[in-house]
Amino acid sequence: MSTMEDLRAELLSAVEAAADRDALDQLRVAALGKKGRITDMMKGLGAMSPEERREAGQQLNALKDTVAEAIEARRAVLDEAELNDRLARERIDVSLPVRPESAGSLHPISQTIAELTAIFGQMGFTVAEGPDIDDDFHNFTALNFPPDHPARQMHDTFFLPEKADASRLMLRTHTSTVQVHTMTSTKPPIRIIAPGRTYRCDYDMTHTPMFHQVEGLVIDKTTHMGHLKGCLIEFVRTYFELDELPVRFRPSFFPFTEPSAEMDIGCSRAGGELKIGAGDSWLEILGCGMVHPNVLKACGIDPTEYQGFAFGMGIERIAMLKYGIPDLRTFFESDLRWLRHYGFAALDVPSVTGGLTR
Amino acid sequence: MKFTLSWLKDHLETDAPLDVIVEKLTAVGLEVEEVHDPAKDLAPFIVGHVVEAGPHPNADRLKVCRVDTGAEQIQVVCGAPNARQGLKVALARPGDRIPDSGDVLKKGKIRDVESQGMMCSWRELGLGSDHTGIIELPEDAPVGAKLTSVVDLDPVIEVAITPNRMDCLGVRGIARDLAAAGLGTLKPLDEPAIPGRYPSPVGVVLEHDGCPMFVGRHVRGVKNGDSPEWLKKRLEAVGLRPISALVDITNYVTVDRGRPLHVFDAAKLSGSVRARPGRPGETLLALNGKTYELDAEMVVIADDARALGLGGIMGGEDEGATAETTDVFIESALFDAVTVANTGRRLAIDSDARYRFERGVDPQSAVWGCELATRLILELCGGEPSELVVAGAPPSGPGAISVRPERVAALGGVDLPKARIVEILRALAFTVEETADGTLSVLPPSWRLDVTEEHDVVEEVIRIHGYDNIPALPLPRSPMPPVVLTPRQRQREFARRTLATRGMMETVTWSFMARAQADLFGFGDDALVLSNPISSDLDAMRPSVLPNLIQAAGRNAARGYPDVALFEVGPDFQDDTAKGQRLVAAGVRAGRTGPRNWVQAPRAVDAFDAKADALAALEAAGCPVDNIQVTTDAPGWYHPGRSGALRLGPTVLAWFGEIHPRVLKGLDVKGTVVGFEVFLEAVPQPKTKGASAGKTRPLLRPSPFQPVERDFAFVVDAAVPAEKLIRAAKGADRKLIGEVRVFDVYQGDNVGEGKKSLALSVTLQPQDRTLTDEDLEKLQAAVVAAVEKATGGTLRA
Repeated sequence: MSTMEDLRAELLSAVEAAADRDALDQLRVAALGKKGRITDMMKGLGAMSPEERREAGQQLNALKDTVAEAIEARRAVLDEAELNDRLARERIDVSLPVRPESAGSLHPISQTIAELTAIFGQMGFTVAEGPDIDDDFHNFTALNFPPDHPARQMHDTFFLPEKADASRLMLRTHTSTVQVHTMTSTKPPIRIIAPGRTYRCDYDMTHTPMFHQVEGLVIDKTTHMGHLKGCLIEFVRTYFELDELPVRFRPSFFPFTEPSAEMDIGCSRAGGELKIGAGDSWLEILGCGMVHPNVLKACGIDPTEYQGFAFGMGIERIAMLKYGIPDLRTFFESDLRWLRHYGFAALDVPSVTGGLTR
Repeated sequence: MKFTLSWLKDHLETDAPLDVIVEKLTAVGLEVEEVHDPAKDLAPFIVGHVVEAGPHPNADRLKVCRVDTGAEQIQVVCGAPNARQGLKVALARPGDRIPDSGDVLKKGKIRDVESQGMMCSWRELGLGSDHTGIIELPEDAPVGAKLTSVVDLDPVIEVAITPNRMDCLGVRGIARDLAAAGLGTLKPLDEPAIPGRYPSPVGVVLEHDGCPMFVGRHVRGVKNGDSPEWLKKRLEAVGLRPISALVDITNYVTVDRGRPLHVFDAAKLSGSVRARPGRPGETLLALNGKTYELDAEMVVIADDARALGLGGIMGGEDEGATAETTDVFIESALFDAVTVANTGRRLAIDSDARYRFERGVDPQSAVWGCELATRLILELCGGEPSELVVAGAPPSGPGAISVRPERVAALGGVDLPKARIVEILRALAFTVEETADGTLSVLPPSWRLDVTEEHDVVEEVIRIHGYDNIPALPLPRSPMPPVVLTPRQRQREFARRTLATRGMMETVTWSFMARAQADLFGFGDDALVLSNPISSDLDAMRPSVLPNLIQAAGRNAARGYPDVALFEVGPDFQDDTAKGQRLVAAGVRAGRTGPRNWVQAPRAVDAFDAKADALAALEAAGCPVDNIQVTTDAPGWYHPGRSGALRLGPTVLAWFGEIHPRVLKGLDVKGTVVGFEVFLEAVPQPKTKGASAGKTRPLLRPSPFQPVERDFAFVVDAAVPAEKLIRAAKGADRKLIGEVRVFDVYQGDNVGEGKKSLALSVTLQPQDRTLTDEDLEKLQAAVVAAVEKATGGTLRA
């Protein structure tokens, strides 16, 4: 018996002392392999009496299990130590910057148009478009600008060369041309907005020869000034994300609307800083009015049956006001620093229900 | 249009304070642009009393005064000639801001003598132009009282008058609107006709359609001189320079009533005054000192000898009233608005008369304007009036307008009782009669040339009632709004946002560019050159979006940001028709793919970056990109060997590639720039018919068997496009061959001159069973055969 006890003690201490997996493997073979010591002793059982064999067999099996378990336990310890060693060697400097990726951006004009589209889309408008180069009929005549009327001169129109028939095309001075295109090609009811490029021959601190406007047009049988007010109040409060934004409408003049109005929103100019919202000052935001019967007539719509309103505003202007962009001219300079600073993320898609601005 | 509060009150009986008046002006559509209330600036100034004025020890012209402030006596050094003992003065003390200069007064020494205050002139206080001496206040002004309590301070109000409101280019028209809006009463005029004492020695003759009526009057024995203070002050307050009583009277009537007039020195006239066409070669030296060439379209005011003025625009320099004038001839005529506007624009003359006539002056005003001028001349200059001479007659107005009172609610959105409608219109001097059928017969006053139809009358009613009193209503909505964008518009937005996800920055550049540089981009249509460009480098409608982007890249590089990825979604212009305007998504990249960094080296951008951008934009726009063919016929602004076109059959969807070095030089941009132009409208439209047409996707049938990859290398002629190999390999077995990738391109000694080696990785996707070795052998042989047949190449050994 003492030999088995000795063997057990010897093997277990050898397992404990095994320095690596190879040594442990050799130990396993020497003890439990085909020619291992315990295997050899198992073979010796055949020569014993059944009594002895049963007792010695049980003891040997127990010894075998104990040694096997010890080897497995030791193997786990060695594996763990080796893994820890490897992990210690694999350390990286995670404070290093990541691989550079260039984030693109959307221009504030695109984003503002997307916001306008989301808001007016909610109110049942669709987006209409028309050409940048247009004729006198669509830009002036159909919009009730009488020939030689002073209002016509106020527009600083860019002209293309005179044609053989003495007519000249021009760059549209306002997106109101799309009203005419829409009314001459669609039957009422009409509810559109028309964002787009517009052009006026003017270039200074607050004017650029090209800029963007959005035109709105509603034509049906019942829409009146009250609806105009409701629609536009809803728009400015949603766009500026100020539920209590003060508004006022005051009479004005445009050839293509009557009655005509300009809409102001409340602001404060305290300390030389313009802040949209409640304050003691007003800021003009858009022009609007009931579509002039002459415009309806010129577009082939019977003004005794149909009526509606139109409005127009500068897209850069409302973008500047909302996002605090100080200089109109910078919109067209393509300065990467400006585009990055005032631009919008590609996936920042405005929605009235999902949030207009991040 | 500028006027003062006291001037307004000549016509308006009201005790409304200034801020209420200002608010109401804007509310009725007379937008207040500025209010200058001098009382605000002058609040700290007080009445001082000069108790002693002695000589200055170091300066003959200066005086040292002791001034009583009511609380103490201070020492003030003063240079005004009228500074003297006993005078009541306008006193500023240290800390007060002097309105004219904007400087804050400090205690100081003037020629070594301490001065503790300043006695001010009218000009220094911003109350006029008088700077000949200090203000002499009334003797009974209480010492120490606020200056604002003893001087007449008249706030100046400036309103913007819209082009339709010619009647408000006179103070009386503004007062009428305010009275109608409930802010007081319009004072009645008491201006009976002045009987003439003798027949006018000067007659009037009409010889031009642009002048339908001319009223004149001779006044003899006048004495021209300075206008009285009240008149000078008023004119100065509204920015007009007082000249002489006769001239000031015409300016006064212009501002007071919106009625321009002219006064000639009758002694300098020969024969009759006539309104006639200008004559060839005729010139006029106008009041502004400039000489103008006249022609037959213009209405020229002339006597029998020569031109005297441009009708409705400006008088001549030579026949105006002067200090020596004793006999005058008053011109009060009507001029056609369009004629005046055209003449004024052609000659580039801006004047108060033109401004009013081109908007339309009250047709009845020729007579009353002449009477009013006579009255003022007699009052200020004396003299004896002739009888009026009248040629022509006022054009007749359009007559009464039939107005349905219910239109106020239907159009204006505010339900007003008929009586209120009538009340508003009458307050605006409209003649209103109720008719048997319930409508109103509304005759506008002569000066309301802008009111001709029912909707004009409705506007008047709701304007005076107040837009703020219209209840706001939401637009009626259907439960679900329609889709706001058309399929084309949605394509564009997807393309736009996709390019931004690729690290490109969206920009917006001008639709125009320099003609000379446009030529580099195939500009050929002179019909697209602007007649009146803002500058010569913005004179042509751009034939391509690229040049402006390339120049933007160049500007950024010059600023120290050479790695550029910019795109724009906007129009280019092929001709002047609507179809000639194409919607393009264009982009450029320049410099390197990114900044230097520790882990991967950036590389220079190349044509394949542009190709990838173009393909991404096309795919986002819904284009079936798998079917796209590449051809090498991009236009001349691309590098001929490093550019291509992306097509579906004959349709060009996009161009891409390196920009031609010669073009870059022409645009003054250094380095390499690559770019693309995607023609969004050329992308096939998605199907829109049916609820889910084009939305339902084919059923996915993923194969349960593992795909196998096999590599091939072919040697082909260098000119053979890779696309040909890929198509041939794919075509070898359409069912089993999935993807074909090019993983190596080699040209060099190992494959021989004029040849190249392309290495393809072909993915075989078994569908219904695992492929056997035999199957694979067969497939490989098929790929080799197909590629060799299509390209004349060979499998590389």
